[in-house]
Amino acid sequence: MKFTLSWLKDHLETDATLDEIVEKLTMIGLEVESVDDKAALKPFVIAKVLTAEQHPDADRLRVLSVDTGTGDPIQVVCGAPNARAGLVGAFAAPGTYVPGIDVTLSVGKIRGVESHGMMCSERELMLSDEHDGIIDIDQDAPVGTSFAAWAKLDDPVIEIGLTPNRPDATGVYGIARDLAAAGLGTLKDGTVAPVTGKGECPVKVTIEEPDMCPGFALRMVRGVKNGPSPKWLQQRLIAIGLRPITALVDITNYATFDRGRPLHVFDAAKVKGNLVVRSARAGEKVLALDGREYEMAEGQCVIADDNGVESIAGIMGGELSGCDENTTDVLVESALWDPLTTARTGRDLGIITDARYRFERGVDPEFMVPGVDLGTRLVMELCGGEPTEAEIVLGNPTSIEGETVGSTGHHYLEVDFPLAETKRLTGLDIGRDESIAILKRLGFTPKGSEDGDTVRFVVPSWRPDVEGKADLVEEVMRIHGVNEIDPQPMVSHDAVNGRTLTTLQVRTRNAKRALAARGMMEAVTWSFIPHAHAELFGGGQDGLRLSNPIAADMSDMRPSLLPGLISAAQRNANHGFSDVALFEVSGTYESDEPEGQRRVAAGVRRGTAQMDGQGRHWAGNAQPVGVFDAKADALAALEACGAPVANLQIEPGGPAWYHPGRSGVIKLGPKNVLGTFGELHPRTLEALDVEGPLCGFEVYVDAIPEPKAKATRTKPRLDISPLQAVKRDFAFVVDAGVEAAKLVRAAAGADKKLITGVRVFDLFEGASLGEGKKSLAIEVAIQPVEKTLTDEDFEALAAKIVDNVTKQTGGVLRG
Amino acid sequence: MTELMTDLKALEETLLAEIAAAGDEQAIEAVRVAALGKKGSVSERLKSLGSMTPEERQSFGPAINGLKNRIGDALSERRATLRDAAIDARLAREMLDVTLPVRQTPAERGRIHPITQVMDEIAAIFGDLGFAIAEGPDIETDYYNFTALNFPEGHPAREMHDTFFLEKGERDEARLLRTHTSPVQIRTMEAQEPPIRIVIPGKTYRCDFDATHSPMFHQLEGLVIDKTANVANMKWVLTEFCKAFFEVPSLNMRFRPSFFPFTEPSLEVDIQCDRSRPGEVLFGQGNDWMEILGCGMVHPNVLRFGGLDPDEYQGFAWGMGIDRIAMLKYGMPDLRAFFDADVRWLSHYGFRPLDMPTLFGGLSS
Repeated sequence: MKFTLSWLKDHLETDATLDEIVEKLTMIGLEVESVDDKAALKPFVIAKVLTAEQHPDADRLRVLSVDTGTGDPIQVVCGAPNARAGLVGAFAAPGTYVPGIDVTLSVGKIRGVESHGMMCSERELMLSDEHDGIIDIDQDAPVGTSFAAWAKLDDPVIEIGLTPNRPDATGVYGIARDLAAAGLGTLKDGTVAPVTGKGECPVKVTIEEPDMCPGFALRMVRGVKNGPSPKWLQQRLIAIGLRPITALVDITNYATFDRGRPLHVFDAAKVKGNLVVRSARAGEKVLALDGREYEMAEGQCVIADDNGVESIAGIMGGELSGCDENTTDVLVESALWDPLTTARTGRDLGIITDARYRFERGVDPEFMVPGVDLGTRLVMELCGGEPTEAEIVLGNPTSIEGETVGSTGHHYLEVDFPLAETKRLTGLDIGRDESIAILKRLGFTPKGSEDGDTVRFVVPSWRPDVEGKADLVEEVMRIHGVNEIDPQPMVSHDAVNGRTLTTLQVRTRNAKRALAARGMMEAVTWSFIPHAHAELFGGGQDGLRLSNPIAADMSDMRPSLLPGLISAAQRNANHGFSDVALFEVSGTYESDEPEGQRRVAAGVRRGTAQMDGQGRHWAGNAQPVGVFDAKADALAALEACGAPVANLQIEPGGPAWYHPGRSGVIKLGPKNVLGTFGELHPRTLEALDVEGPLCGFEVYVDAIPEPKAKATRTKPRLDISPLQAVKRDFAFVVDAGVEAAKLVRAAAGADKKLITGVRVFDLFEGASLGEGKKSLAIEVAIQPVEKTLTDEDFEALAAKIVDNVTKQTGGVLRG
Repeated sequence: MTELMTDLKALEETLLAEIAAAGDEQAIEAVRVAALGKKGSVSERLKSLGSMTPEERQSFGPAINGLKNRIGDALSERRATLRDAAIDARLAREMLDVTLPVRQTPAERGRIHPITQVMDEIAAIFGDLGFAIAEGPDIETDYYNFTALNFPEGHPAREMHDTFFLEKGERDEARLLRTHTSPVQIRTMEAQEPPIRIVIPGKTYRCDFDATHSPMFHQLEGLVIDKTANVANMKWVLTEFCKAFFEVPSLNMRFRPSFFPFTEPSLEVDIQCDRSRPGEVLFGQGNDWMEILGCGMVHPNVLRFGGLDPDEYQGFAWGMGIDRIAMLKYGMPDLRAFFDADVRWLSHYGFRPLDMPTLFGGLSS
């Protein structure tokens, strides 16, 4: 919402400075987004050309002697065709910034002749596109004074960012009312004197859809003369960014911004028969004032005559019944339109107009008739003509709550306001008199006694946003001043605050820190991924596809974090960083239900991005990443989350996107899958257009069981044996398909008391072992607890280990 | 007599020469055996003392013993010299170029994303103020995202949210991606009795994409509900938070009236800052006001939707962009880079995994 300072002062009697007004607007909730105080135009002064001589060396240039009001004439070289002795125009001295050419002037020599400034065109001052010659104004304009002030171009323009709840502030009058309430002046009387017309309006109005149109006022003014509107009106419209068209059209725009009351004008000669407010018929077309044809749909509201649709209600008029220079009889419309219908229609048709902006927020129903009178008066003032009586038809009122009923059937809402409510909600102690006075200044009228603890207020018709007492608290607070509220500490519940994170939050946090400590970098990738990627990773179902994605490749809620991370790794590779390790701990989506959102920790390593380093190194180059890097990451993440890592099972193989022979599933018990890991399937990489080597993992943080509640933080007792621990090595030849984990379990099971660990230290596959065989060498850690073991004890233990391994894996001790 | 003495003298010279010539442990041992061994030249001469007269013994005894001791000392000395030389040689052999680079510790290489770090900073501050962290789903219903938050059907405020919708599938009403973290307000009120003090960090989505808008971004919601919480308390909480978060001793904040459907009264908050130096924001000074968050008293209708009586309970809520406050604090110029996973960006703007924000150790190092 834009307006100028002088426009504001039409409605507000005030001595406040521009700065004070701007500050106050922001502090009462009408946030000032920009102020153009026209300072850029200040340096330009009115100057008179005394003489204009031909430039000695250039046909098109003239050397001017200019009186700028300083006494001595100044020499200026000028190329404008209209530069002549006696011309009065706008002069810029050296040092002046000329906005239209983005240049700060200096004294220069043009073809050998010094030029001490510039006579400017309108375009150079950014007043218009006019550049055929320099500005040429009245001979009696005072030389040496501000050009902008003389031309009334120094009116500061203020733009406020309106919140959608304040339709009353879509007009300058409403803004003035707020400022006056806040003590910045006095609101001038805005009453529009009713117009007495002659005879009935010959065009009648029927409202077929009373819910879409609470009211319609129409009046004909006969014998008007349309043409350009007067300079003051044009200047105001230009100042706020509107293009003057003709007086009749400018009047509607003026009322829109002056009172937040959009009007429409029909050329009566082009309207056939009477007007009907009805729902559009499917497929009906209208050529609107923007020159575009719109196809209407049922449920959209239109104004039609015998020719068809003449106007899209509350949004934009039709071209065919629009006014032009030849209009002699004009129909002035001031109607009320249902906000929801207006918003929906505007959105569906993709039309944004100043009228729609106001109607979808709610136009003051009580100003419908004054609106048509205001329009009529302006038409008569600017274009002459003779008005008829107004045709006023009502539909269903905008509000039916409250006893007081207004002129258009609108019921005024009444709110019981306990005066203590402001203190309850804001902490601000405002006297009852001030509270009541503020509300009165804003147009709220007390009903009944003003003396009790609770006063009943009638809500003004221009404030559809006010529903209850909390709204009145806001009114009192914002006008009194939010700055007046002193911060008050909140009482803490506990002296020392306990843990505030849930287990899942703690685990998420720990998983992130653990993975980062493994040399990985945390990425945050999009929750939506390309449809093809989602399908590749087990997703892509309908309920998880966006119907309005911002880009085609951001269409599906991800079923897995891997595709996003893999794509990110490849993007880095494309930038020349081929060895990257990335992780993310975030949500994946199995369904559109809240419980379908999983918390997953995932990571990828690409190239040689090993935990201990990547790329080449003098002490040994890093090897390409593989399944065991991913497995280590997955287990580290699980361990950080507090999963019982010692009790997990690793099953070979994994989901289809992994290499079937180089991937695994991590389980806790037969059913609870805690994660997967592996090298990526070559076909997955191909489908993602990604190059390996690449491995990855996913850990389902939310699948890890909650830890049991502990009665004590005491750790279990530690028993340290004083006896020497020993290690014994064994090597077994087993079938190639035997899992190492099985062999380790068999060995460890030989004596659970004595054996504290089994470590695989060698894996060998060779022809010497025979086809389909491999050798696994293990180191068994033995911790005697009761007595030192004798050679016989060791032999017995070794025999048992071999026996167990042979029984469970078919392995043979290697000689 | 003199003959013998001359012999001893010659022997001593020979042996000392041999010791001096011995180049290694083995050679020394050979000299020792040859001189002091059972049948060594010095031992043989010592043995010969037995067959001498007492007078002879008196003069020869000390001479031969003296020789034996001197040879023994010379051997020890030579041995020590050789050992030192051997160690020196070994040290020289073992010398390495210590300027060669070592491998970097993974914990120094890994990085935590600024969003995570800032969320941890937020958790540290609000944890101290007695706030728990709540979360909620990204995929929401119209009810939780709009209706229960007092967004009337068709209201322009709804349209301002640029909502992403999911395909309807079998459903009557399309699910959507939450446009703010506020649905968790309702979910919390449904699940928990007041007093409520929570902050809600999380992902939010809007159909908008430029340098300061991303279709996915992160918000921090706050909610306090009890029987007394008011605007004055809200000003205190938010001021204390901003001071702690931006790690400045004082901060000027401007609360100005605004509008949100789910709060009444509603306020927007600006912080005073100096942005005159490009790429840098200094808080607590300067002439600029920068909008940082929106807040207000929870709207009575929202309390009702949450099952609470607005005449009994009251409270306040706020929302701010986590990405935005991260950008302000740490100076990232472009929001889009947050989601690019460019390792150069992560390495530069990310945090080391062991830099855990705490109040006792300072939020940032």
